[in-house]
Amino acid sequence: MTRADEARGSAREEILARIRAARPTTSVAVPRRYRTAPAVAGAADADLLDLLVDRLVDYRATVRRCAPVDLAEALAGLLGAVPTVVVPAGAPEHWLSAYPGRIRRDGDPVPLTVADLDEPGLAVVTGCAVAVAQTGTLVLDGGPEQGRRLLSLVPDHHLCVVRADQVVAGVPEGLARLDDPTRPITMISGPSATSDIELNRVEGVHGPRRLDVLLVG
Amino acid sequence: MSGGAPGGTGAQRRRGDRRGHGNIVAPLPFPAAARRELGNPQLRANLRRATHTIRDRRARVVGETPDWAHLRAAGAAIKDDVLARLPELLEQFEAAATAAGATVHWARDAAEARALVTDLVRGTGSAEVVKVKSMATQEIGLNEALAEAGITVVETDLAELIVQLADDTPSHILVPAIHYNRRQIREIFADRMPGVDLDALTDEPAALAEAARRYLRDRFLNARVAISGANFAVAETGTLVVVESEGNGRMCLTLPETLISVVGVEKLLPTFRDLEVFLQLLPRSATGERMNPYTSMWTGVTPGDGPRALHVVLLDNGRTDTLADPVGRQALRCIRCSACLNVCPVYERVGGHAYGSVYPGPIGAILSPQLTGLDAGANRSLPYASTLCGACFDVCPVRIDIPQVLVHLRQRDVDARRGQPSPERMAMRALSWVMRDRRRYAAALRAARRGAAPLRLLTAGGEVRRLPWPLSAWTSSRDAPLPAARTFRDWWAERTAHGGREDGRDQG
Repeated sequence: MTRADEARGSAREEILARIRAARPTTSVAVPRRYRTAPAVAGAADADLLDLLVDRLVDYRATVRRCAPVDLAEALAGLLGAVPTVVVPAGAPEHWLSAYPGRIRRDGDPVPLTVADLDEPGLAVVTGCAVAVAQTGTLVLDGGPEQGRRLLSLVPDHHLCVVRADQVVAGVPEGLARLDDPTRPITMISGPSATSDIELNRVEGVHGPRRLDVLLVG
Repeated sequence: MSGGAPGGTGAQRRRGDRRGHGNIVAPLPFPAAARRELGNPQLRANLRRATHTIRDRRARVVGETPDWAHLRAAGAAIKDDVLARLPELLEQFEAAATAAGATVHWARDAAEARALVTDLVRGTGSAEVVKVKSMATQEIGLNEALAEAGITVVETDLAELIVQLADDTPSHILVPAIHYNRRQIREIFADRMPGVDLDALTDEPAALAEAARRYLRDRFLNARVAISGANFAVAETGTLVVVESEGNGRMCLTLPETLISVVGVEKLLPTFRDLEVFLQLLPRSATGERMNPYTSMWTGVTPGDGPRALHVVLLDNGRTDTLADPVGRQALRCIRCSACLNVCPVYERVGGHAYGSVYPGPIGAILSPQLTGLDAGANRSLPYASTLCGACFDVCPVRIDIPQVLVHLRQRDVDARRGQPSPERMAMRALSWVMRDRRRYAAALRAARRGAAPLRLLTAGGEVRRLPWPLSAWTSSRDAPLPAARTFRDWWAERTAHGGREDGRDQG
């Protein structure tokens, strides 16, 4: 054990001992009377989808809706003249079957680098784990259709595919849907923004400045 | 709050405690610092505009949340539960984070935390770090320590960057550059941002954000070490959470090889589920949004995704001292949303610098003196920086009764100095002697009335702006009323002498 290790050990013991001496001794019951269940039954409820669209548009995201059979066409339409599209390793092949530009798949054959992703004009297409209607939030948890965190961060244009059955009403249902909270999780509510200048919200700082959402179903 | 002996005063406070220090010690008494800030009308105009904008937005998104009261109650109870079980939860967090590949360090105070982080950065061989805005690192003065060690620190939050470029200090918890308007920010960027494109730089917020994006882009993409704080640390899973807007947080948390996160011990939450409460309370209270643009959660290291090394520094720095005070400990529930600053009539006029600490406003007035002890610098003056109007308590998402703690700390301050002479105590003692006897009191009133008679001729409103020393201490910040032309006692005596019919309406 080095001296630094010893100092670390004693800091730990000292802090814990001081907290034990200082803390309150009564136990606390947490009242959870806030809303945790969906207000309406059925996740694909039309009102819920409308609410999600409304909230996303409020954040200045671009939103399109399509039927499952039209997904590839709708996606190609949203991408327009984008020359290169990046997709996570596990993104379904058919998503980009109507897209005419270059497709780069992460990990095929090697993981994409930051420099690859910083190429001007590039867009990334991912899925999500769950979407929260009330707050307009897309939750990515590193699943196969979402990939590594930097994929949805470095490119300036992020397009997210959301299936209707992934939409829930509020934050509690959204978090409860996640399989494994120890995976890297990113919650995205609109394009990158700041409120630092006179507390006005301005879209477009370091994250993707354009966020498109394709709501399927 | 849970029970226990009231007070936590005087002898009850344990001696030899390791007090908090760092950028949380007011160098000037609040009244002196406030007077200095009040001399700047531009500052007041900026603050008024910004605080009113954010207040209205918060009120709107809170108003549309029907279960807000239940969320607040749950938030307060979860944090109280954390304080009651803190040692167990810290050990649980440490075990879970370590199992997930993090290295957990403990720092008793600011100096220990600074040394720890400096050594960790040195160990990476990197001479530059990128930083996510973090109150804990501001509190301990980390940037100054790293600069002294020859390490370049790049603040990446837009407002922090403005403050860093201006060589200024933050004046708000959430928006450290709230005291600057767009024109002033443009000037700072034009003068001080290396390589800025002056032609493209207007005072439009979008143009200013674009300039920051260009300036920081290469730094993000090439950074090897990042330093962050955390809004929450989940004991159950070892997960850390950062809530942000711009994406600078995601850049710092994702791209560098090494991430060092400095986390106050009170930031814990017992379970992942508890985030469902705080992710509703925090964005609405902070920026008045239903949800902030980006929230990142990470647990240890994930192969192939994000940093390869994660260090977590758990920081005490006066928190255990604060925990020992049964009334004051509720300040440790704070989630740093700054809603209390935005509604405070005092903060709105004097701004954050008047409080002399990185924690300004109502929460700063109860947090700074508790972390450091009342006798550090001028921190004992901070609990008096309030009208006790209670607006801060109304908006607090974790129901910290700030007025209650302010009064409690004032009491602790007075108790601690009870033995020492003071003009106020002497005046009170004299007044007490006068008022204890009816004749003395009546004589004093007559004397005061006679003394004030010439003044009444000079003042129209019956109020005096300035009295001679030592009464000038009172009139330096308020008008003094003149004694009434006739006292109640005189009126009563005359009325009785006239048989109780002085004005004819007594018979009713």
